[in-house]
Amino acid sequence: MGRIWILVGERLALGVITLLVVSALIFVGVELLPGDLAQEILGQSATPETVAAFRHELGLDQPAIQRYFHWLLGAVQGDFGTSLANNRPISELLSVRLGNTLFLAAFAATVSIPLALTLGILAALYRNSIFDRLCNVVALIWVSLPEFFVAYVLILFLAVRVALFPSLSNIDPGMPFGELVYRSFLPALTLVLVVMAHMMRMTRAAIINVLASPYIEMARLKGMSRLRVILYHALPNALAPIINVVALNLAYLVVGVVVVEVVFVYPGLGQLFVDAVTHRDVMVVQSVGLLFAAAYILLNLIADVLSIVTNPRLMGERR
Amino acid sequence: MNDHLDTLKRSLIGGQIDRRGFMTGALAFGVGLSMASSAYAQAEKATPKQGGTLRVGFLQGSTSDSFDPATYNNDFMFVTNYAVFNHLTEFAPGGAIAPELAESFEAEPGAKVWTFKLRKDVEFSDGRKLTAADVLASIDYHRGEDSKSAVKPVLAQIAEMKASDDHTVVFTLTTGNADFPYIFADYHLCIKQASDGKIDPMSRIGTGGYTVESFEPGVRIKLKRRDSYWKEGRAHFEQVEITTISDTAARMNALMTGQVDVVDRPDLKTIHLLKRAPGVRVETTSGTLHYTMPMHVNTPPYDNRDVRTALKLAINREELVEKILRGYGTVGNDHPVAKSMPFFDPAIEQRAYDPEKAKFHLKQAGLSSLDVQLFTSEAAFEGAVDASLLYAEQAKKAGINIEVVRQPSDGYWSNVWLVKPFCTSYWGGRPTPDWMFTAGYSKDAEWNDTKWQNERFNTLLLEARAEIDQNKRAEMYSEMQRLCRDDGGALIPMFGQYVFALRDQVQHGELSEQWNLDSLRFVERWWMA
Repeated sequence: MGRIWILVGERLALGVITLLVVSALIFVGVELLPGDLAQEILGQSATPETVAAFRHELGLDQPAIQRYFHWLLGAVQGDFGTSLANNRPISELLSVRLGNTLFLAAFAATVSIPLALTLGILAALYRNSIFDRLCNVVALIWVSLPEFFVAYVLILFLAVRVALFPSLSNIDPGMPFGELVYRSFLPALTLVLVVMAHMMRMTRAAIINVLASPYIEMARLKGMSRLRVILYHALPNALAPIINVVALNLAYLVVGVVVVEVVFVYPGLGQLFVDAVTHRDVMVVQSVGLLFAAAYILLNLIADVLSIVTNPRLMGERR
Repeated sequence: MNDHLDTLKRSLIGGQIDRRGFMTGALAFGVGLSMASSAYAQAEKATPKQGGTLRVGFLQGSTSDSFDPATYNNDFMFVTNYAVFNHLTEFAPGGAIAPELAESFEAEPGAKVWTFKLRKDVEFSDGRKLTAADVLASIDYHRGEDSKSAVKPVLAQIAEMKASDDHTVVFTLTTGNADFPYIFADYHLCIKQASDGKIDPMSRIGTGGYTVESFEPGVRIKLKRRDSYWKEGRAHFEQVEITTISDTAARMNALMTGQVDVVDRPDLKTIHLLKRAPGVRVETTSGTLHYTMPMHVNTPPYDNRDVRTALKLAINREELVEKILRGYGTVGNDHPVAKSMPFFDPAIEQRAYDPEKAKFHLKQAGLSSLDVQLFTSEAAFEGAVDASLLYAEQAKKAGINIEVVRQPSDGYWSNVWLVKPFCTSYWGGRPTPDWMFTAGYSKDAEWNDTKWQNERFNTLLLEARAEIDQNKRAEMYSEMQRLCRDDGGALIPMFGQYVFALRDQVQHGELSEQWNLDSLRFVERWWMA
């Protein structure tokens, strides 16, 4: 078990270095884009004079290197600075949006993960049956359609034709939980449909892969039921790839839902990120970028640790 | 009889009579009972009613929005501004300018010295009275060396401003300007509280009909009516909620399913479907918005007037309005004065698509064919790239080869507009010819996007500005429109209409057309039936 902690420590240290690299890359990337915040906000009405005055006020006339390290110094101490565009503390901007994003991700995950695993196991159990084929085809159809189209289809049938759910997810932090769930139902359902296929098919494939092993045949010959074989003998050995796919999809739910946010007007991090890039609000781009990178690194770390913990062979090496 | 019914309707609206009085009056004049009731229902809809919540869905609105009036740059903030703050003047229906925080304004002869008398009964939402010091500080914020405001160039005409007493502000201008009061209706020039001669630009305390209850930039703002609003017959909704719904389909859906009451900029491709939806209506206003293709008249080949004329003749304006604006617009005549603006001259002949004549002008310029590059991007306006391609196709018939060069939307206004000699652009327009010409066509305008330096035009501009005799002004502006059309570098193929959609219970009076949605003042002007 001690080895696990060493591994976690190593990976966390590597993660911090990765974050530093990511922040530098994002900064350079935003700097390379044409235009800056002053030009983007003043737009067509900009004159050289007013742009210069605006830049000076924002401190954009200082060298890029200096601005980067100034920000980095703050960020290391937990101070992400203020948004250049409207002077609000970034931590304040982020906290509400991050909460919303995590809520939606958690909502979609609590529905999709158990559902995908169950369906995957059942599909493996009734391999090549009508049920298996149906599951695969339906899941593949949803995953092949672009997200916004899935969203529009759901809106058409569940909000316009039959007014079951609102097509706008305008949620407030102060709303009761039931209201939150009701209002974010359609975006969550869209995400469930989008991430289901990947997880379900990986579960099915991983289990089927293990089912080909001799020890499974032995178990079958002992007269064990198919379900029991899968649940007690195949699944534990198929967990590693499944956990990795689940982690990947969780990360996607946190960082990749801009389109769904836009269609349902859900106030999450994605929209904030897009706005910040459009207006070259470097500070906000950096901070959101770091959050996203951190989510990926952490989820991957958790997936790796879990894969090791659930695999006695990997654990065994360290005895 | 109809006159009589109208009088009755007016009394009903004015509150002098009630329903019984209306019906008795109408019946006494032999109006049938059913007609009398329907006339009543009609008039009642036109009577502003207090209360209700207005929910609005807007295309624009961004996380980077703030209450700093120097950086307002989208409809979301413009509309919020007019709900929370007041200005010295406002646009009335019909394009006229009306006093708002000013009780009256008048010019000394020559229109060089302007005196604005302020209302004495105006209070900010924190209870403080409005004084001349607030006005001076609010306007001063946009002047000065370190101002980043878009109205800085316009305010350069103010040589001096001072308060002669607590409720009087006197402006002395560098040159006379008969249209001076118009500039104060601009959304940047809201009046905020002063302390020590400066305003806090981020302040949300205004004199307007609404106060800010909550504001999440890029998401939504909630406004609440002020009970003590000084302006009579305004601010009818109890609450107003504006949400940014940048996805067009989502915005239209929200309106059709009744989750919002008003949306701006519906999708013109599917507008026929929106019109069919029950409980929804689509309205348009004409305004001053226009799309342009400026040529730099100091750069070959555009320095040749015949080449410019050829390019102006080689565009099929009707087809552009039909295909790019889907009919929601009118053809332009290569000058920026809209039909709704004062001093528009209807006698000027409309330029039409004429490839043969274009060829003739090319020949005059000593050319048999012409190759030019047109820089464009969707940032210029929605459909700009399609418009450019369509134009290129039309111009072929005149022996003109236009190469459409597509540019990224990012940085378009800094890297292409004012830089490339021929590009696509737009103007939201200005309320008066003087302001429009000064902003975009005068010799030292920052945004003279055609680099046009016409001596006669610039002389007329100064003369007309200070001229008080309206007939003489009309003549001068007519000549300037002609100069712009025939000599200027701007190809102005079309004027756009503002389109918005609303649910049936939302009612309004006659619309002011300067900008979209009752000149962006619908929050305080409209009501729920």
